Amino acid sequence: MARMKFLCDADRCIECNACVTACKNEHEVPWGVNRRRVVTINDGQPGERSISTACMHCSDAPCMAVCPVDCFYQTDEGVVLHDKDLCIGCGYCFYACPFGAPQYPQAGNFGGRGKMDKCTFCAGGPKEDGSEEEFALYGRNRLAEGKLPLCAEMCSTKALLAGDADTVSDIYRERVTARGFGGGVWGWNTAYGSDT
Amino acid sequence: MSQQLRSFLAAVGLIAALAAAGYVAVIVGAATVIGQSETGIEESAKSDGWRGVRSGTAGRVSIPDPQAGVLIQSEGEIWRSIRNGPVTAAGAWSMFVMLILLAVFYAWRGRIPLAGKPTRREVVRFNGIERFAHWMTAASFIVLALSGLNLLYGRYLFIPVVGKEAFAVVTEAGKFLHNFVAFPFMAGLVLMFVLWVRHNVPTRVDLQWLRLGGGLLSDRHHPAAERFNAGQKAIFWIVILGGVSVSLSGVALLMPFAFPIFGKTFAFLNLFGFGLPDVLTPMQEMQLAQVWHAVVSLGLIVVMFAHIYIGTIGMEGAFQAMGSGKVDTAWAEQHHSLWAANAEESVADDDAVPAAAREGQG
Ligand code: SF4
Ligand code: SF4
Repeated sequence: MARMKFLCDADRCIECNACVTACKNEHEVPWGVNRRRVVTINDGQPGERSISTACMHCSDAPCMAVCPVDCFYQTDEGVVLHDKDLCIGCGYCFYACPFGAPQYPQAGNFGGRGKMDKCTFCAGGPKEDGSEEEFALYGRNRLAEGKLPLCAEMCSTKALLAGDADTVSDIYRERVTARGFGGGVWGWNTAYGSDT
Repeated sequence: MSQQLRSFLAAVGLIAALAAAGYVAVIVGAATVIGQSETGIEESAKSDGWRGVRSGTAGRVSIPDPQAGVLIQSEGEIWRSIRNGPVTAAGAWSMFVMLILLAVFYAWRGRIPLAGKPTRREVVRFNGIERFAHWMTAASFIVLALSGLNLLYGRYLFIPVVGKEAFAVVTEAGKFLHNFVAFPFMAGLVLMFVLWVRHNVPTRVDLQWLRLGGGLLSDRHHPAAERFNAGQKAIFWIVILGGVSVSLSGVALLMPFAFPIFGKTFAFLNLFGFGLPDVLTPMQEMQLAQVWHAVVSLGLIVVMFAHIYIGTIGMEGAFQAMGSGKVDTAWAEQHHSLWAANAEESVADDDAVPAAAREGQG
């Protein structure tokens, strides 16, 4: 069974935000919720790099560990999903997540949070695969259709890779060998620890 | 005081000190670890630009939320291990130990009886507004404590029993209750402070009371006390200070990222040479607020176990002081002799009353 991972090649990302747009459009993500974002460090300076980031679907995921209602689950392919029917919008997963992945629609009193929303690796949620209900709550379930995440598919420079960990790291390794440099598999140690 | 009593007192004192030290250690540890920008979590990336990313340096992002510019916040993992580790464990242990202590105390001492016969004359101990303040705070505290404990322990205790769906419904209701009931709790705190602060200033009488173990340990001693004895004064100050602290951190959690309080607090403490990190990210503020809120609340809950014990099954006549608001003059004499001497009896019983109140003092 494949272990799904994202890999962003920061030496290739040109901050075009195609991944962000693809994600927003594919899942009809509401205003103010950003499942994926592109961060540029050293902007306008030597050594400028951009990274597209979203939920990394961690092994031993911190969000899963702190959720008071235990609404997360990890699929056989390593994708971390959650059940919005259970989520109480406490925000704890956001405090624990190293990548700032969980998002909240503003809802209710005192600037209270609605149900948490985050990247699903285009794998939907606990509703029936491909159902309207699943789409409304979690977005498209492309994995069930045998497709990979759309952000990576739409990436203009193929900086963002999504898929089986062995395959994406092989592609990255090949690139690094060919061009003679590489910043490393960004975020993997944080997300996957020794399992990397 | 017998040898036995002395060792019991020493054990209680030791446990209390250990628990307090534990709490302080958790908080100082959390503050230092969470507040440190550089953490031990390593990335495989080697170049210098990446080191900043690992330690939380923010980049530029097109989302109108500067927080989104932070690529990795390693503190999240530290927060998780503190919350799921020491906070959960210390809370469970201190509640457990307190319950055991109270059970042991009850088995050994039983219900502290009223010394002598009731006079059947009553004196007002707490008037209507005082009882209102107490019960408003108490009722909201219980709701807050239960819904709060549920967030920390419910996942382990109740999900296996009732299932995730039912648990989520109850927990969400608990969250809303917690948010709203916080306000009567805060109002009650203010009211109690205003009503009772002048009776809770420590005096020399309290030293004597403490020296005699508050009369808790044997029927032979009835140390003098004013309106509030040293134990009650301690509870008062714990509730006021703990309550204010839990309220501030609670408001910070209620309105996420809007009330950073720890950076300022640490900057103030640093004037006294604490060396705490005083430049905190909004995320670190929230993590610290959660840890602090949980730790102080757990401390208050443990203290309230003892307060509820002595106010109900632990002592004859104690509950009615806050229940009906009136106590027997004999009870007043026994437990609050200095106050009883001045208290006015509610029953208009002419001249017999003051004499009765003064009888049998000691
Ligand atoms: S990146 Fe964040 S939300 Fe995604 S699995 Fe890891 S901790 Fe959970
Ligand atoms: S916001 Fe929802 S998913 Fe996140 S920890 Fe709270 S209940 Fe769980």
